[in-house]
Amino acid sequence: MSVAVRLPAILRPAAGGESTVEAEGATVGEVFEDLIRRHPALKDQLLTGDGDLHRHLNVFLNDDDIRYLGKLDAKVGDDDTLTLMPAVAGGVR
Amino acid sequence: MIGKKFLAQMVCHCLDGLPLEACGVLGGVALEGGSAEVRAVYPTGNTASSARLYEVEPRDLLRADRDAEASGTQLVGVYHSHTHTDAKPSPTDIRQAPDPDWHYVLVSFRDVEPSVRSWRIRDGAVEEEPVVLEW
Repeated sequence: MSVAVRLPAILRPAAGGESTVEAEGATVGEVFEDLIRRHPALKDQLLTGDGDLHRHLNVFLNDDDIRYLGKLDAKVGDDDTLTLMPAVAGGVR
Repeated sequence: MIGKKFLAQMVCHCLDGLPLEACGVLGGVALEGGSAEVRAVYPTGNTASSARLYEVEPRDLLRADRDAEASGTQLVGVYHSHTHTDAKPSPTDIRQAPDPDWHYVLVSFRDVEPSVRSWRIRDGAVEEEPVVLEW
């Protein structure tokens, strides 16, 4: 499966400046593996040292947050789009 | 640079959110010299539902990003309210700032009159920038 991966501005320098890149895989995890193979600088931005999804990253499969679809095990198909966005948060502390 | 309609929309959303912190993102265009012109205010949910924390609701963020792109603009910043403290980024705000190119707008209700200030946050360094009201 080939899916389009949309990157936020903050991640584009790690992917040759592109805003959308293609990657292969049948699950979000496989797509991330392929993405990291093509753009190794993305690795620390996407995954923790344990290989889990980085908590400061939101990943949407089309319109849905993958946290509710099985996270990295979420299945993807051709013509799907993954959109990566930074978590935007803060507080008074 | 922010138009009065957008400033009012942002401050009113933050007032509506009291006693909790409110948040949203700003669509616009980057200008020469590092400033930006706000072309849209996107109020978002605060999934933290807290008077001390904010977290932009992820799906609201996605919708805002898509709308900005469809409008030929981009997300240029985020705003949130401080209910009892100054309109300055907190250590948490600084640590979690997601994008060095963004503008970080704080709306404070420490005093009765709202205070709106804007900041750049790059690698932990914080610098205030002027908020220019467009008539």
